[in-house]
Amino acid sequence: MRHKKLIFNFTMDALYQFGKYILMLKSLFVRPERKTMYWIETLRQMQQIGVESLVIVFIISFFIGAVSAVQFAYNLSMTVTPMSYVGYIVKESMILEFAPTVTCLILAGKVGSNVASELGTMRLTEQIDALEIMGINTTAYLVGPKIIAAITMIPLLVVFSAVIGIWGGLLAGMSSGYVSSVEYLQGVLTLFVPLNTIIMMIKAIVFSFLIVSISCFKGYFARGGALEIGKASTQAVVLSCITVLVADYLIAWLTL
Amino acid sequence: MIELVDVRKSFDDVEVLKGISTSFEPGKVNLIIGQSGSGKTVLIKSVVGLINVSSGKVLFDGEDLTQMDSKEKKKIHRKLGMLFQGNALFDSKTVEENVRFPLDMFTHMPLSEKRDRVNEVLKRVELINSNHKLPSEISGGMQKRVGIARAIVMTPKYLFCDEPNSGLDPQTSIIIDELIKELTNEYNMTTVVNTHDMNTVIANGDKIVFLYKGSKHWEGNNKSLFETDNKELLDFIFASDFLREARNYRLESFKK
Repeated sequence: MRHKKLIFNFTMDALYQFGKYILMLKSLFVRPERKTMYWIETLRQMQQIGVESLVIVFIISFFIGAVSAVQFAYNLSMTVTPMSYVGYIVKESMILEFAPTVTCLILAGKVGSNVASELGTMRLTEQIDALEIMGINTTAYLVGPKIIAAITMIPLLVVFSAVIGIWGGLLAGMSSGYVSSVEYLQGVLTLFVPLNTIIMMIKAIVFSFLIVSISCFKGYFARGGALEIGKASTQAVVLSCITVLVADYLIAWLTL
Repeated sequence: MIELVDVRKSFDDVEVLKGISTSFEPGKVNLIIGQSGSGKTVLIKSVVGLINVSSGKVLFDGEDLTQMDSKEKKKIHRKLGMLFQGNALFDSKTVEENVRFPLDMFTHMPLSEKRDRVNEVLKRVELINSNHKLPSEISGGMQKRVGIARAIVMTPKYLFCDEPNSGLDPQTSIIIDELIKELTNEYNMTTVVNTHDMNTVIANGDKIVFLYKGSKHWEGNNKSLFETDNKELLDFIFASDFLREARNYRLESFKK
């Protein structure tokens, strides 16, 4: 009986939060008070979400590509499979999974916590109330530019990640002595499937929307003190990661 | 003019505002006073529409804010300025950018004109040579001045101040009080100040509303304050022996 009540309360709370999230998204579709100000805010967010994430995406993608190349090459060396397959496998795994999913999981941590704590602090220090009092639609002004910046910059980061990962694989394959650059590049250039690139871009757009909208939601509705802001940031990251993984599965299931 | 008619607000089962009716007149500093937890902040936030009232009317020149849709509410919001307890300055923007923000958002003025207006109000609040400093780089008193400058930059019709003296030394508090009084007269604003600072009450109380446990317990001005026999109000205002002696001295001087 007690379990049933707990499950009922949890479900009701989840539905309530989901409804609130949808209403927040709905409130984004309003006419901006001043387009220039929204544009400036969008550019600032593009810088924060996109440009400032370049280094971390570079490092992670390079090593993912490098490790994949070395491990595939090691496994293939025990078979009769041509070593050019190393390039092919690294390319396909980077495009289909590593670049969109791993990059977005990393960004869920970096961008998600940043966005949630920024909005949470603004809420706590009454900065959101101050905007409200000026007659500004606070969700449109604070959340809208972040979502636009994310769905434009994160897909670019994902493409960058795929390129760096494949390049990292080339360097690691060559330096380990398992595969030559000619063989690796031959593998990269064989069997190019455009659909995989489209899937990568779909994943990048969907994941970036989920990460930023969920983090904004958690930050915007944060209540209490510093401890709650910390909790909101953690919840934003955890929830973003879970939804990214679920969406990853659904996209794979629907498209492949 | 702002009128409140039987304003009530409950959070869950707790009634925080118990049917408050009063009015705030233009060109006067209207004070809301009361102990901590008496409902002052809830009342001021209900008047400006940051908290939705449970029942009652909040009339701005006869128009009921509680019945307005968000578009109409925004129109009222653009006529008011508010100084928050924690100042609510945008911490990533400089003093000048903070004060200029409403102008950037709502006017079509050229940048040079906006800068002139910002300098004019900063000069008015006696804050010069701080344009390019961040809020974290200036003192609490200066932050209050920036908050006031931002609140009056659009020449509002109504000014709300939530605990303008909190965290300030007595001398700076008096300066801020004088500034609020002078600006109220200059702009002929309806100013509503939420305070429990006794200097403010005695010096600025053109109209005083005393809240006690969520109800309006007394209404008057800084003169009738000395003559009242309302026990709760007297206990609140003249809490120390020193203040009680000061009251007796003042009453004797009235008699002479």
